[in-house]
Amino acid sequence: MIDFEPTPEQKEAIEAAHKFAEEMFRPVSRYYDEHEHDSPQQLIDTLWERRREGALSVGLDITAALRTEELCWGDAGLYLCIPGPGLGGAAVFASGTKEQMERFLTRFNEGKPKWGAMAMTEAGCGSDTSAITTTAVRGGDEWVLNGEKIFVTWGKRALEDSDGFVVVWATVDKSAGRAGMKSFVVEAGTPGMRVEKLEKKLGIRASDTATIVFDNCRIPYENILGSPEVRKVDKAGTKGFKGAMATFDATRPIVAAQALGVGRAALDFVKETLEKEGIEIRYGLPRQKLTALERDVMDMEANYKAAKLLTLRSLWMMSQFQANNLEASMAKAKAGLAITKITQKAVEIMGPLGYSRKNLLEKWMRDAKINDLFEGTGQINMLIVARRVLDYSRDQLK
Amino acid sequence: MISFSPTEEQQMIVKMVQQFANDEMRKHYRECDESGEIPDRIVNTAWQLGLVSTSIPEEYGGGGGEHSAITGSLIAEELAWGDLSIAMHILCPALVVNSILEMGTDEQKKKYLPAFCGDNYKAATAALIEPKFGFDPYSLSTTASLKDGNYVINGQKCYVPLAADANLLLVYAAENGNTQGFIIEKGTKGLEVGGRESNMGIRALATYELALKNCRVPKENRLGGGGGCDFNRILNCSKVALSAMAVGVAKAAFEYSRDYAKERVAFGEPIAARQAIAFMLAEMAIEIDATRLMSWEAAWKLDRKEEATKETSLVKTYADDMVVMVTDRAVQILGGHGYIREHPVELWLRNGRGFATFDGMAIV
Repeated sequence: MIDFEPTPEQKEAIEAAHKFAEEMFRPVSRYYDEHEHDSPQQLIDTLWERRREGALSVGLDITAALRTEELCWGDAGLYLCIPGPGLGGAAVFASGTKEQMERFLTRFNEGKPKWGAMAMTEAGCGSDTSAITTTAVRGGDEWVLNGEKIFVTWGKRALEDSDGFVVVWATVDKSAGRAGMKSFVVEAGTPGMRVEKLEKKLGIRASDTATIVFDNCRIPYENILGSPEVRKVDKAGTKGFKGAMATFDATRPIVAAQALGVGRAALDFVKETLEKEGIEIRYGLPRQKLTALERDVMDMEANYKAAKLLTLRSLWMMSQFQANNLEASMAKAKAGLAITKITQKAVEIMGPLGYSRKNLLEKWMRDAKINDLFEGTGQINMLIVARRVLDYSRDQLK
Repeated sequence: MISFSPTEEQQMIVKMVQQFANDEMRKHYRECDESGEIPDRIVNTAWQLGLVSTSIPEEYGGGGGEHSAITGSLIAEELAWGDLSIAMHILCPALVVNSILEMGTDEQKKKYLPAFCGDNYKAATAALIEPKFGFDPYSLSTTASLKDGNYVINGQKCYVPLAADANLLLVYAAENGNTQGFIIEKGTKGLEVGGRESNMGIRALATYELALKNCRVPKENRLGGGGGCDFNRILNCSKVALSAMAVGVAKAAFEYSRDYAKERVAFGEPIAARQAIAFMLAEMAIEIDATRLMSWEAAWKLDRKEEATKETSLVKTYADDMVVMVTDRAVQILGGHGYIREHPVELWLRNGRGFATFDGMAIV
């Protein structure tokens, strides 16, 4: 039955996350935007202590998306500081063995705050992840990693500030293309790995974005996720690469939910300001009677709604064990772009109130943009949607 | 619990309507558009699917099924995918039936609904739109005033589908500034059906101008009787139906241009293999899905009897823009061929452009 009513548990999660965002994120939002590489230690400790509460527990389902939206309504950068298994954990969960899950994931249930990061992007390759140059060479009971990864979200927190780990994508056989691409877990403190620098960014400044260098970094042989075998039969369809891409089907809707949170923050700010000014948005009137302002606000609201429903659908499909590759990319492409535009329009509408750093709106506009870039740029997601609707392979539609 | 799955029954209805749309509507829509006529056979075949009569209670001879805006949206999308003119023609009696079902008094239900439970199509229609700039359904120029136990109605209407054939017309007029509906039977003095209109699109649908000149209607013919009707809800139901239809038209145009782009070869490969074309198609697919989900959500709110003015107007405006964007791109993808009447995309663009002006011409 088609239904849009969240369960009582989901409503509770939304409420709790909203309250947390309002009380814990909003008051320090501006500070961590302006003090880019400061760590919100106290907040992180609180987040870690309360991680099992409804407001904060992680996941990749509809409830998680609803919660994520609320938290990012509070602050998208601080949301990315929440300790936990993260994208690295998702990769271990998606393609790890039982032993690996135990060895790598138990840590998130005990001790001090920890993070699990994912390192894929390199200076010379972003969306074209099959062009990865970081190598993994087998040496006895070990893998030896060499290369440099950039744009690793919470890389420093995972590897320097905590006993976390990073899942590194590297090639074991360059001649094999995608088939040679494998993922490896590198734990904090492993010799030969170092965090080289932290990026200075347009937005989400509370989130650390690190460069990680692997210089003859030796890890146990058992740290490879999935099969070490290189199958050359089908260049495009290999498990390692597919594993990475399947992770995206689950994580892209969550990134879309992050975007939704920022977009709604901007929308709420616009609507609250208009209300204070006594300006009503008159829904239901014919178009020619609406003011330009009303048209703009309605357009923003409709686009937000469109992105949200696409996001929820892609997660619902996952919960029904339906393939959601197309729908996840639709949601991510729509949300990334819609929220980028919504926040930019909001700054325009609010004029000096929007542009001034006295208010958070200008920050939200800067924060929003990342959602059209990471976890696949808008264009990469459009490419995936296009291939899917045309039933084209990557060779047929480049 | 959030779910995007239609019920099994809804899926069965969708399948049935899809088959009709594919077997009947898609075979005849071009000749209907050219001739301006829809064969009775097609209309009666559609009628026998029971799309309108199913939700009329058994005591009036109907199917006794639950009236649902979501089911109505699903049906509207599939029919509009087949052809918008034929879809509007087939569903036209619902403008009266659904409004009486929801808002009518027991006497009105008893008097008027049984006529729509037979085997053959019965034309009935509603008149809302007025031929003027700045038309606002909440502020009509047509007026109704009570005099000696009768309502006296004066005004001009346009875009009244099937007005010449309809036995019943639901005419909307301003009563003390509020829009109310009045059930008028064919032949009532002062009700003058004008000439058939000729529009850019929906050319197969016979629409008429209507003049009401001191047209006297018994007091009890006011929709909802003494309490009147909740016109806002009627209009919201119309917006959902039209949004779903816009999705259907857009889907037809998307599919056609997608298939064309895969076959049309330029510079040694199908044009779909170029991102300039492929990205247009990707965006069309995303916006069609987004609009469908928004229309479902708005319909869901209506089914829960909740106030849905915001949701229905947001999706309607979005759908108006979406269907023009999608059908225009379909023409663009076909290039010069898209401009030629041998292909259907020009028809879909003409039909698609109309949605922004169709409020009140279809209902869930």
